[in-house]
Amino acid sequence: MLEMRSFWLAVALIALGTFALRYSFILVMDMIRLPVAVQRMLRFIPASVLTALVVPAVVFHKLPGGVEADWRRMAAACLAAVIAWKTRNMPLTIATGMAALWGIGFLERWL
Amino acid sequence: MLGKKQSMAAGAASVTPILLGVVPFGMIFGAVAASSGIPAYGAAAMSLAVFAGASQLAAVGLLAEHAPLSVVVFTGLVINVRMLMYSASLAPHFSGLSALEKAPLAYILTDQAYAMSISRFTSKAEETRKPYYYAGAGLLLWVVWQAATLAGALAGAAIPPEWSLDFAIPLTFLALVVPAVRDRANAIAAVSAGIVALLAFGLPYNLGLIVAAACGIGAGYAAEQRSRRYA
Repeated sequence: MLEMRSFWLAVALIALGTFALRYSFILVMDMIRLPVAVQRMLRFIPASVLTALVVPAVVFHKLPGGVEADWRRMAAACLAAVIAWKTRNMPLTIATGMAALWGIGFLERWL
Repeated sequence: MLGKKQSMAAGAASVTPILLGVVPFGMIFGAVAASSGIPAYGAAAMSLAVFAGASQLAAVGLLAEHAPLSVVVFTGLVINVRMLMYSASLAPHFSGLSALEKAPLAYILTDQAYAMSISRFTSKAEETRKPYYYAGAGLLLWVVWQAATLAGALAGAAIPPEWSLDFAIPLTFLALVVPAVRDRANAIAAVSAGIVALLAFGLPYNLGLIVAAACGIGAGYAAEQRSRRYA
């Protein structure tokens, strides 16, 4: 059980800090002029951050006991990546990946 | 050019597939908070105030272990440092709005709203009113996150983990990253970020993500500078 006073303090401080992180550049970019190098770096943010989010989430699976490499998720994600590349269709990509993951689990259980 | 309402509707529609992953995540947070002794209104208030799932879960987990307040707050904030990158990436698309108009847009910034909006802004930019598209995506995610948190806090996590619905979130980002890699420098950025993300996975506080993204951005920029010099 945790102490409610620390809970409320933590909520308030994390909320304020998180809002500041979110507001930061959105607020100031009209007011200041970023260095040219930084402006050029902006266009690499989507591909870099999204890949850094996807790769570990696909390769590793967090379990209550710890973390394990999960070939099922890797296989399902590879198939989904091919669909994404060929069709550029997001719902179809998600459906393919989920169906592949379920299909592999199903086959494992019954074969 | 789409109108304001159509732009918002298009933004909201864009995030519907990802809700599949957001609902169980929100319910898990609510259920974890409840099992740590936090009343349902506390979990709901935290979701309203912080609105960032991974940091909410980490903070509650640490509080339940009686970690010092400074550690709880530091961890909760470091996990959200990625928001700085999203803020920088989106800022040029919100230029011209007043500080007051920008505040609610900043409040609803999430991984998913960022990912959907930036891929739309860089592909079909001229068709949408960008702040409205982003607001539609962000608001729907916001509503669903609040509802899922409350449901989880009141009822417990009702969705069995064997369904692996959490996998819908990386799949959505995967569907977005493929078109984002549209030139050689961006491909270099993505590959570098992916490799570093694997190597740095063990780092605490989600720092692997920040290190990997920074390496990707640096590699993409360096590759572009190089090709400029030899062009």
